[in-house]
Amino acid sequence: MTSDTRYLWQHKDLLGTSQLSVADVSHLLDLARSFQEINRRPVRKVPTLQGRTVILFFVENSTRTKTSFDVAGKRLSADTHALSQAGSSLNKGESLLDTGLTLQAMNPDVIVVRHSSSGAAAFLAKQLSCGVVNAGDGWHAHPTQALLDCYSLRTAWDGVFAGKKLLILGDIAHSRVARSNVQLLHMLGVKVRLCAPRTLLPAGVATWPVEVFTDLASAVDGVDAVMCLRLQLERQQAGLLPDLSEYSRRFCLSMEHLERAASQVKVLHPGPLNRGLEISDAVADSSASLILDQVSAGVAVRMAVLYLLATRK
Amino acid sequence: MYLCVKNALHLEALVDLLIEDERIVTMTPAGHQKLPENCEVFDAEGLVLMPSFIDAHVHLREPGFEYKETIASGLNAAVHGGFGSVMCMANTKPVNDNAAVTSLMLTKAQQSHPHGPRLYPIGAATKNLEGRELAPMGELKEAGCVAISNDGRPVQSSEMMRRIMEYAADFSLTVIDHCEDPTLADHWVMNEGEMSGLLGVKGQPAVGEALQAARDIMLAEYLGLPVHIAHVSSALTVDVIAWGKARGIAVTAETCPHYLLLDESALEGYNALCKVSPPLRSTKDRDALLRAVADGTIDILVTDHAPHALHEKMTALDQALVGFSGLDLAVTLTWGLVKEDLLPEDALHRLWARRPGEIFHLPTNGFAPGDPADFFLFDPHAVWIPSEENLYSKGKNTPFLGQELSGRVKHHWLGGKAIF
Repeated sequence: MTSDTRYLWQHKDLLGTSQLSVADVSHLLDLARSFQEINRRPVRKVPTLQGRTVILFFVENSTRTKTSFDVAGKRLSADTHALSQAGSSLNKGESLLDTGLTLQAMNPDVIVVRHSSSGAAAFLAKQLSCGVVNAGDGWHAHPTQALLDCYSLRTAWDGVFAGKKLLILGDIAHSRVARSNVQLLHMLGVKVRLCAPRTLLPAGVATWPVEVFTDLASAVDGVDAVMCLRLQLERQQAGLLPDLSEYSRRFCLSMEHLERAASQVKVLHPGPLNRGLEISDAVADSSASLILDQVSAGVAVRMAVLYLLATRK
Repeated sequence: MYLCVKNALHLEALVDLLIEDERIVTMTPAGHQKLPENCEVFDAEGLVLMPSFIDAHVHLREPGFEYKETIASGLNAAVHGGFGSVMCMANTKPVNDNAAVTSLMLTKAQQSHPHGPRLYPIGAATKNLEGRELAPMGELKEAGCVAISNDGRPVQSSEMMRRIMEYAADFSLTVIDHCEDPTLADHWVMNEGEMSGLLGVKGQPAVGEALQAARDIMLAEYLGLPVHIAHVSSALTVDVIAWGKARGIAVTAETCPHYLLLDESALEGYNALCKVSPPLRSTKDRDALLRAVADGTIDILVTDHAPHALHEKMTALDQALVGFSGLDLAVTLTWGLVKEDLLPEDALHRLWARRPGEIFHLPTNGFAPGDPADFFLFDPHAVWIPSEENLYSKGKNTPFLGQELSGRVKHHWLGGKAIF
């Protein structure tokens, strides 16, 4: 997968992976690779986005994604400003639209949005003229997460996606990470499998371009990578699971499972980890794990996204 | 006072309609009538003549939510949309569960529209719509309520539903039930299916509607009493109603124009203007509903007019309120079905006038001598774009806002009097 030199990024916003073409993705990942090089220098800062403004508008709790965007912006010398629900007027009853318009009036180049409502980023993008990055909207999409997962996999797989088998394991129904990854990996030629109890599978999953399993031992058979998802503990209270110990007995990824996978199998997790619930200590700390690599890729990918949106002609 | 409406198109024939005061005298083929002296003549060339329609399911928001709609603005939208009678639901604030609220509604209607459209309030089935205690239906009937419903707050308890049906029957009040199993539809945003899965929002399955409808129909058979199923949105519910009718159970049902025209794909892109309760379903459901209104399994059409302020729709899909403003557009939209040969023209008279009149015992105009002179003229060729400026309802929340439509109500007479 290499990018075309005549390529031109044409998106005002990054709202989901479904809007991206293969050319968009390869261009973005190539760009991220060049930024990754900056991240390894002693002085990890370039003036590329000097004088540009990025607002981090996080209406749902997040530390790692917000920090990742913040670091990414600062490494490119953009001025980043964080706003969270606790400090925003949304708590005073201001509407999402009014908050968005207020932020836009400060003339940012890009607004990065995290929101608990699916579609919130798309709603703001339609109303605002500045670039909008979806940093996670409800259960819908988390495109920078999927892109950084692809970045890590591209390195681990030497740039070959076609024909690879990847299993996404866990709460698919409520996962924006799963939705974004299914679309993106399928587009890149990866054979995607899903494994979850039926109560955590989304409506209409039969129409998705995936193979669906409810038994982990068969799901993991021969796969080149496993992406574990974080289980939100409130799913049990909502009556979707009997209890967490039965969940971990059925779905906690262990070294025994990895033995059934391909020999060079890789393990991903968007974090934060529930060790012993969805992933065993041994797997999380094994050489198969790309988990910390994903975090580092996240900064590079977000640098690429901010760069493309802030410098779009 | 005589009035002759000449050269109107009625079921594809050219007719002259003669009216004396507030009654129909005759309807005859055009040019065959000798007019009485002092007869006012109205030339209706090119316009379609239809009886005033009844909308048996609207929300007029007054008292309590006057910023969304008032009885005056709602009735204005009704008459300009072709409706001579509207039945308004009880989910106002305070709820219409006592004679004082019913009387207030009727007084407001009389003040703003003394010559019509006529307002027929629907009383709450339970106090404050809470589903715990019966509302005083005798008092509501005396004050002017014509039916009973817990619309907007589905009755979860089957025992309560049974008692509502029994008690309402003492007053010959038909019970209109909003069928939705609340346990299957907790915090829903749209129909459950492929689209909700892709958009990542909570869906409600159509089976939740069909289950409650089946419960009501079985109770109706057991008790030997009638029940009317509100705003049917799914193919499965149509099947359940057909089963009930085949068994001879006194079940009647309604659906809305939007369930015949739109499906869940309208929500792609998270367009909150397409969020409605019950939600837009699949194309299969839409097609089944079209067949059901054509063959009479679904008895009547209603708008479920649910006006909101636009700011209540201009937000993330899961935060937006449910409902469409419907009175201004319903006749135009259903005329579109006639134009596309999906419904015969006379089906509109049946679905919007004759059957609702029969079910709720309201006067209708069948254009027979002595019938009330309630009718409107419709220009099938008028092309227009619904906008915030040209809708009479205060609620501009319709998925058809900004879309070019053809056909519009041009003139409306009620009781022989030209309202516009």
